Amino acid sequence: MPGSKCQCASQGELDPRWEQLEEILAAYKGDAGALIQVLHAAQDVFGYVSEEVQEKVAEALGVPISEVYGVATFYSLFSLKPRGQYKIGVCLGTACYVRGAAQVLAEIEKQLGVKVNDTTGDGKFTLEVTRCIGACGLAPVITINEDVYGRLQVDKVKEVLAKY
Amino acid sequence: MQEMIKLTIDNRVIDAPKGSTVLQVARQAGVAIPTLCYMEKINEIGACRVCVVEVAGYRGLQASCVLEAAPGMVVRTNTPLVRQARRVNVELLLSNHPDSCLTCRRNTSCELQKLSHDLSVSKVSYVGEKTDLPLDLSNKSLVRDPNKCILCRRCVAVCHEVQNVGVISVSARGFHSIITPDANRQLGDTTCVFCGQCAAVCPTAAITEVDSTEQVFRAIGNKMHVVVQVAPAVRVAIGEEFGLPRGAITTGQMVTGLRMLGFTAVFDTDFAADLTILEEANELIQRVKTNGTLPLMTSCSPGWVKFVEHFYPEFMGHLSSCKSPMQMMGALIKSYYAEKIANLPPQQIVSVAIMPCTAKKFEANRPEFTHAGVQDVDFVLTTRELASMFKVAGIDLARLPTDEFDAPLGISTGAGVIFGASGGVMEAALRTAYEWIAEKPLAKLDLTAVRGLEGVKEAVVDVPNLGQVKVAVVSGLANADKFLARQKAEGSSYNFIEFMACPGGCLGGGGQPRMKPNEASLGKEARLKSIYAIDQELLLRKSHENPAVQKLYADYLGSVGGEKAHHLLHTSYTTRGRFPWRKQS
Repeated sequence: MPGSKCQCASQGELDPRWEQLEEILAAYKGDAGALIQVLHAAQDVFGYVSEEVQEKVAEALGVPISEVYGVATFYSLFSLKPRGQYKIGVCLGTACYVRGAAQVLAEIEKQLGVKVNDTTGDGKFTLEVTRCIGACGLAPVITINEDVYGRLQVDKVKEVLAKY
Repeated sequence: MQEMIKLTIDNRVIDAPKGSTVLQVARQAGVAIPTLCYMEKINEIGACRVCVVEVAGYRGLQASCVLEAAPGMVVRTNTPLVRQARRVNVELLLSNHPDSCLTCRRNTSCELQKLSHDLSVSKVSYVGEKTDLPLDLSNKSLVRDPNKCILCRRCVAVCHEVQNVGVISVSARGFHSIITPDANRQLGDTTCVFCGQCAAVCPTAAITEVDSTEQVFRAIGNKMHVVVQVAPAVRVAIGEEFGLPRGAITTGQMVTGLRMLGFTAVFDTDFAADLTILEEANELIQRVKTNGTLPLMTSCSPGWVKFVEHFYPEFMGHLSSCKSPMQMMGALIKSYYAEKIANLPPQQIVSVAIMPCTAKKFEANRPEFTHAGVQDVDFVLTTRELASMFKVAGIDLARLPTDEFDAPLGISTGAGVIFGASGGVMEAALRTAYEWIAEKPLAKLDLTAVRGLEGVKEAVVDVPNLGQVKVAVVSGLANADKFLARQKAEGSSYNFIEFMACPGGCLGGGGQPRMKPNEASLGKEARLKSIYAIDQELLLRKSHENPAVQKLYADYLGSVGGEKAHHLLHTSYTTRGRFPWRKQS
């Protein structure tokens, strides 16, 4: 995205993550079919796929940058923006929804001061919504990285967030 | 012999070659199944689903464009279910499409509008959110209106498969899907070469050329001194916009029409094409003699030039330093014509060019072609835009008498006119280079090996006093890309290569009258035939025999390749990079 500058770029070669990326790209040089795998690997390194990363992937695989961007924006697993240390996933599946997930989501937005798909200013939390995660018996459910919080009441949200 | 199969379409038993799609078989049999996203061999993705048919034994409706015809298949293309499904699919497209048909640039030429009419869609049953995105007005060639986009992906297919530029792709998903240039940038900031092949295949007004017609009308209306030049490929195509058969030659009518519009002088880009040949043949001979950079690569096609500047900077030294014919004519209009004929300062002359090309709009605005704030070519109009001006002015091209271009910049040879077809520059250059080097007349002028619509053509010409000259002619940027990649890997044994951005050359340019996807090759063939027919009928068919060009050198330019010629007729190029938005370091 124009305007969203990647902070790592200015550090150039000092950042070892760029070397990691180069290693990944070297293994897939000219292999246009490996685009999705490479984007996954790149996201594992950086936590997201910045514009600079997309350009490097495009160059190495011989794929137009428009296509890299197209794939990166098609799959919700890829993020074009830096994400927080903790990813909060609020399940909006049917069971969670009818048991008040929308209110839980609103409360988290209020507590953190961010909207869905945004990251808090301190880089700590990224708020996302998910479809059913298969824990309907615990509805409404949220996840924070690998932790699962079930039967979450609105008035408990603050307490849960405080753990991080 | 091709293996044949039998299948039934609408109660008729039909023989068809094995491997055909149901759509191809049906069309061959005179059953007009509608399509929107389909372009044979280029975009066969079954996305729009207006070509659906019922097939006995299949669950649900099938997209006929991607369904292979099988022996014994029973297809029905006109059942209540099929008709309803097609209408619903079009209605869904219309539910997120502006209702501005009456004032839209594609009014009466829009495929979506025609489809809606053909299928008798009388209402839009679905009301919902509409896309509301800003226009992309970032450049001088093409305008994108994402709100009119129906996501058929024809532009994407052409940009990736036919041109290998790949600057536009679909991004995001679902309702938010959108065609975006290079990672959501504006087209003007990207590697787009402005060939306009996307605009030529867009079924709606989502991609069109920048409209300059009002500015030209205004210049003429303000009683300014407005002169015009017309490219060779325009005269064999513009008739299509006035109900004339494909490839109709309308040179003389067009000149009459241009005078009726009020242009002060009507010049022929073919004159400048002859001039280009003299300069370029001379450049070729010099490079051969002095062991200069070879192969020489032509530089008339601005889309091709920009492609090299972005993707093959290592070949920039191979590009001929000759300006394109349009820019040579522009430079002469603002110098020679201004001083010697019009007796006006250049800033009081408005120079207009009618081109089959959208990239020419970009070219005219390149800083190389502006001197002291005066652009050599002020406005470029596509063939389609000129047709629109004629219509606005009530000029029916088909019914006009013929007239002649103005002397001296309207005098040309057959070598000039064949610039409009892929292979033309090569053939014209060789006609001249041969006679200059061999110092004897060329026995057979027709170099048929480099004619035709194939993407890559090659020939070897024996030139006395020089030896064998190996040449290649490449059109369409995907062909150029593959060709250059091979040259890069294996080295080159060619002396001279002609490149044109658009498949088939200028006659298939992005600014030409649009053709139905399934009629494009017929249309190009007809235009091609006409170009060579014009050449065939002319007495003068070699650029160096053009008396007006000879006189121009004698009176004004001096010698071919001389200092003044170099100053006015040659240019240089710029490295642009694959990621042009990156700060140049």
